[in-house]
Amino acid sequence: MTARIGVVTFPGSLDDRDACRAVRHAGAQPVELWHGDASLHGVDAVILPGGFSYGDYLRCGAIARFAPVMGELIPAAGLGLPVLGICNGFQILCEAHLLPGALTRNAGLHFVNRDITIRIENATSAWTREYAAGQEVSVVLKSGEGAYMADAPTLAVLEAGGQVLCRYVSGNPNGSVNDIAGVVSETGNVAGLMPHPEHAIDELTGPSADGLGFFTSALQAVGV
Amino acid sequence: MARQDTVARQDTVAGAAATPDRGQPFAALGLTAGEYERIREILGRRPTDAELAIYSVMWSEHCSYKSSRTYLRQFAEKAPATDVLLAGIGNNAGVVDIGQGYAVTFKIESHNHPSYVEPFQGAATGVGGIVRDILAMGARPVAVMDALRFGPADAPDTRRVLPGVVGGISFYGNCLGLPNIGGELAFDPCYAGNPLVNALCVGVLRHDDLKLAAATGPGNQVILFGSLTGPDGIGGASVLASASFGGSGEGAKRPSVQVGDPFMEKLLVECCLELYQAGLVVGIQDLGAAGVACATTELSAGGGTGMRVRLDTVPLRDASLGPAEILMSESQERMMAIVTPADVAEFLAICAKWDVPATVIGEVTDTGRLEMTWHGDQVVDIPPGSAADDGPLCDRPVARPASQDQLLAGDPARLPRPAAGDELRADLLLLLGSAEGGDKAWVTEQYDRYVRGDTVLAMPEDAGLLRVDAETGLGVALATDGNGRYCLLDPYAGTQLALAEAYRNVAVTGARPLAVTNCLNFGSPEDPAVMWQFTESVRGLADGCRQLGVPVTGGNVSFYNQTGGTAIQPTPVVGVLGVHDDVRRRVRSGFRESGGRILLLGETRPEFGGSLWAWLRHRHLAGRPPSVDLDAERALAAVLTSAAQRNLLLAAHDLSDGGLGVALAESCLAGRTGCVVGRPADPATFLFSESAGRAIVVVRPGAEAAVVALCEQAGLPAAAIGETGGESLEVAGLFSVPLAELAQVHSGALPALFG
Repeated sequence: MTARIGVVTFPGSLDDRDACRAVRHAGAQPVELWHGDASLHGVDAVILPGGFSYGDYLRCGAIARFAPVMGELIPAAGLGLPVLGICNGFQILCEAHLLPGALTRNAGLHFVNRDITIRIENATSAWTREYAAGQEVSVVLKSGEGAYMADAPTLAVLEAGGQVLCRYVSGNPNGSVNDIAGVVSETGNVAGLMPHPEHAIDELTGPSADGLGFFTSALQAVGV
Repeated sequence: MARQDTVARQDTVAGAAATPDRGQPFAALGLTAGEYERIREILGRRPTDAELAIYSVMWSEHCSYKSSRTYLRQFAEKAPATDVLLAGIGNNAGVVDIGQGYAVTFKIESHNHPSYVEPFQGAATGVGGIVRDILAMGARPVAVMDALRFGPADAPDTRRVLPGVVGGISFYGNCLGLPNIGGELAFDPCYAGNPLVNALCVGVLRHDDLKLAAATGPGNQVILFGSLTGPDGIGGASVLASASFGGSGEGAKRPSVQVGDPFMEKLLVECCLELYQAGLVVGIQDLGAAGVACATTELSAGGGTGMRVRLDTVPLRDASLGPAEILMSESQERMMAIVTPADVAEFLAICAKWDVPATVIGEVTDTGRLEMTWHGDQVVDIPPGSAADDGPLCDRPVARPASQDQLLAGDPARLPRPAAGDELRADLLLLLGSAEGGDKAWVTEQYDRYVRGDTVLAMPEDAGLLRVDAETGLGVALATDGNGRYCLLDPYAGTQLALAEAYRNVAVTGARPLAVTNCLNFGSPEDPAVMWQFTESVRGLADGCRQLGVPVTGGNVSFYNQTGGTAIQPTPVVGVLGVHDDVRRRVRSGFRESGGRILLLGETRPEFGGSLWAWLRHRHLAGRPPSVDLDAERALAAVLTSAAQRNLLLAAHDLSDGGLGVALAESCLAGRTGCVVGRPADPATFLFSESAGRAIVVVRPGAEAAVVALCEQAGLPAAAIGETGGESLEVAGLFSVPLAELAQVHSGALPALFG
């Protein structure tokens, strides 16, 4: 039996199809979840994909956070379900208070789409255990509100507790504090990433195949 | 209260018949006295206010092509024999068979005037409009491109217009989830008061999914769905797109620019695709220029039927709108569908699932009349074809301007050319460090090129390349090109050069060029010199397409691109679509490996007329553009496609603006590998001539003989000019530029100007 990984589609989700493809490449079965359906359909892990849910109206992720499916997801995450939010998904997880901090407008005030390198800082989480700590991977950044921010006490906790999942290397593209590209919950199962690993699963359509490790890690974590 | 006012003071059909002499503001709506008289003849009475609104927008230059229609017929008359067209000119967009049961539809359209008045929203809604054209054909939109032209990069107003336009395209396209895979960025003083914003969209469908804009089946229901109708863009087609800007006062036209909501468009796209999948759509039309007026007349004329519409049922964002305003509103993100009565409930349910408002506003009839009521009173009763198809034709005077001879006489051969190594080096860096010849990443990094996961090539490659089928590797390549300088010197040859460049750019990736779209940007058709440029350009394109064997599938004409009496350079932008048999064999432009032999394909002559070097080094724009040899272009493309499919190439890059020097530098930077080329006999021509029909290729080790044999068979000159490798771009015995310096110069221009 293969692992079943749910990918939620909100109105305005864009990279849902890509997340499903990455899940399939990793050897798991993608399960499409609908924002209005208050059920996780028994999946083993969940991805909140990139996009502009609700057109980014009000604030990125602020409306999606109240979708019926989130009513199921939030308690399940508390019970240890692996959840990965990518880009807009990361913003939704912050709005839902499943992850600390917030994503703000890029330092340059422009949307930035660039092939970038990140360093994996925590290689024990549900989404990074296939990597080695310190490993540098090539992925895609594409966001307008990708600058990670948190107050000093929160940052201190994140840094001390190994909750910084990965960092930008060779240049900070958006002004994120401490070059943070991704964070993970204290429990290691809920991760948020501003870069897109699902766009780096082969060298034909992405800069590398380095991003696949996030998805194969989840497979290992759910142990199905 | 406002609503009651609009009910009370409507001009009805009966009222119009009873008050034949009431004065009407036809001139303010852009109609001539003769056109107004013709409307009265068609109707046998004066038009109502609502009817006048319909005719004014449908007979505008923008919608009726009244100055250009006669000439555009050449695209059909001269079309090469082909079996790839599933739908041709006249539809929302042409549809091309790419094999394996797939078809693609693509089109490019201008949004020039709105983008000058309000750059952000003007450009954003340009993307939205072209995407709905593609959607209306039954296709899933899969990518966009944009061809942009601005005034001098360092002009103060360019700092207002360019960031706004790029921001608008980024905002709309990114939020809509369509990868932006290429386009153009050019600068010239002639675009200072009139930037060109041409947006292209491509969509993919299965053959059976093709939809047409026809209201068939009397009794079928007319459903308007998408955004609510507001006062935005009223008269945009007639007022903005069909008249020149005066010297000042663009602020007065600001209310004519529409405002875009890409989130609604994303919902509309997914909603339409689900409706198509469920088989609930008999006919469909997007609402663009001229809104409800255009959709109702074109659908009923297309179906050869009639239509009865209750205008008071159109859901409004502003309750004070009356029938004429509703008809003319260019509110974005709206579509109109024809649905059988039995399917209406299911149709509305799918719309509700996607949170898309949908309203039945009328039904198809067999009367041959388009009839509209407003709270029970008839306000429109016209034969729809008279508005949609039988618009006026203008026989505009055409005259080659006397200044043309003077322009051709300015021979660039007299320009001093660099000869010493340091002069050549300086000129190369001048081109590479200019806004025109430099890196465009400041713009293209603002666009999402990865979304949907099928982007195989995007900027800065010569063409965008998309995967259509993951199993077989089937894909499509797209490129757009235009060159105002060449077209100013010779609009016939210049247009063929634009076509040839786009054709070549597609072939460089390994794709086979298949079909053409175009966006013809010109000054005022009321100027005989502009009409001469236009007629020469159309003739050049039609002849060129026949010779290359690629049909024109559709396009767009944008006139009145001028400020006061000064027209822009004639700027036809040509888009070429090609099919790639296996995108896994795509060829990129970058030098990625060391030790690869570089071959220069095609013939190089000392041709500097209209060249980037002559313009940037000497501010010289005169003489003849490079000569056109379409048979040689065809041979080159065949070699490139065949070599790619046989996996003989490590890299390939088209030669165009700036010539070989710029192309070598771009390939070095894209692949982060240097090169050494041998000392040429005539270095300035070697580096900066813009002779057409050329490309550089890097052959795979051991494959040189096979590539040379392909070239010999095709009668194509091929010269080994150097090798890849090292940390610099070196021309032996003349100069060398380290890659780091090259990168710094190349990437510096736009950030220095725009931050």
